[in-house]
Amino acid sequence: MVDFGFGLVPSSRINLDLFDKDKYEELAAVEPDVRICMACGSCTAVCTAGKFSTTSLREAIEDIKNAQPAKAVEMLQACQLCGKCSMVCPRGINTRHLILSITKTYSTK
Amino acid sequence: MIYEGKQKIWSEYQKEIPDDHYFYVRSCIRQSFFPASEATFLDITRNRLGKDIFETEHHTTCGGIAYHSDTIPQETVMTIIARQFALMAKNGYENYVCSCITSFGLYCETMETWREFPELEAKIRENLWKTCKLEFAKPKFLIHASDLIYKYRNLIAAQAVRKLVNVHTGEPLKVVEHIGCHYSKMFPSKGVGGAEYPYVLTGMIEAWGGEIVDYPERRHCCGFGFRQYFIKGNRGYSLSNTHKKFESMEPFKPDLIITNCPGCPYFLDRWQYVIAESTGKTYGPDGHGIPALTYEEVAGLVMGYDPWDLGLQTHQIGPEPLLDKMGVEYDPAKKYLGKNGKNIGEPLPCTCLKG
Ligand code: SF4
Ligand code: SF4
Repeated sequence: MVDFGFGLVPSSRINLDLFDKDKYEELAAVEPDVRICMACGSCTAVCTAGKFSTTSLREAIEDIKNAQPAKAVEMLQACQLCGKCSMVCPRGINTRHLILSITKTYSTK
Repeated sequence: MIYEGKQKIWSEYQKEIPDDHYFYVRSCIRQSFFPASEATFLDITRNRLGKDIFETEHHTTCGGIAYHSDTIPQETVMTIIARQFALMAKNGYENYVCSCITSFGLYCETMETWREFPELEAKIRENLWKTCKLEFAKPKFLIHASDLIYKYRNLIAAQAVRKLVNVHTGEPLKVVEHIGCHYSKMFPSKGVGGAEYPYVLTGMIEAWGGEIVDYPERRHCCGFGFRQYFIKGNRGYSLSNTHKKFESMEPFKPDLIITNCPGCPYFLDRWQYVIAESTGKTYGPDGHGIPALTYEEVAGLVMGYDPWDLGLQTHQIGPEPLLDKMGVEYDPAKKYLGKNGKNIGEPLPCTCLKG
């Protein structure tokens, strides 16, 4: 195969047909507040871990809805459970519990 | 599909295209990518159809590539364009036809900007006089060369020696049409059929006996995109765009791709080689690619021009399987002979891509 010095970039296409509704309901059963997140990004703005890694709770919730749960779990690996996000969330979501629930529900390890 | 709403409105919209008397402006890059296309356009319109198409050696680039690469300011581009228009008027024409889609989009953008900002038009008028001592003028009709071939499609069909039909099966050839983004995505009313239902190439294919392939990524960009191609580090994005289109059209097994832009046939042609040689994937039957031709080349084939005179040997994807399907006679020994009979050089064989 020839190396041209550039190549195909991975597709960023989101296939919503792959969304696992049963799994999402499983998550919502233990943490119903996942449904009320309005993706404001306040949690991401204050995130301690986010300063040094790509951790973003807002993005992780979106990834789950976009059928990319592996990305969400990976992103939350660096979370220190400091709880700063729960203090700013305008929806009053128990974010630490949500983070633990996401990891527990979608983790394949 | 329910034929209503926007699609119905656009199917009834007719762009006004005068029948004759045009000032013709060439494209910088088409002359090097597919050198015979513009000569074929002039031969068909002037000699076969008897139209008055004038061109002058004094016209220059429109500046579009520099403009879209952010290397020259808009006012400079506008002055270059004003000079082209002034040459048209100086030679007694008021209908302007250009070969390039980038130019066409830029001319539309410039005319629209002048309409909205008359003070800018006045400044360009002054620039033109100071720099070139030419009188400012604007075309009455601004047309892309594919509009004109679309207009003449039935006249071409009347002189056709063959159709876009597989002579072995009698079936119409399956054709993918790809419209350059700058043709009507920016100013829908300037294109035949608008941005979402452009009919300019479809009309030609239907008139010449082919069948259009409607596939999911039909309106996706070819991937040229100026900066993403010019900078090597970004070229993967260009390649991925084209790859997305090919993956989408592949299940429909197209025989041919027809395009009306300088960049599109180039990228739809050359990136097939890059995809094949870097991943092993080919999109035509038996390791071949899908030929990507300009509308002039397709018109030329239909009208019986020799494929080597049309410059089909300058394409990466070998046209032979298409020529065999259409029943076009050609001499393989003459493929790489120039007009003077001298060898113009042959490309090295590919590892994965046949042709
Ligand atoms: S609990 Fe985790 S996600 Fe929330 S602010 Fe702290 S480190 Fe960031
Ligand atoms: S702060 Fe709360 S509502 Fe805003 S994105 Fe984060 S979890 Fe969602």
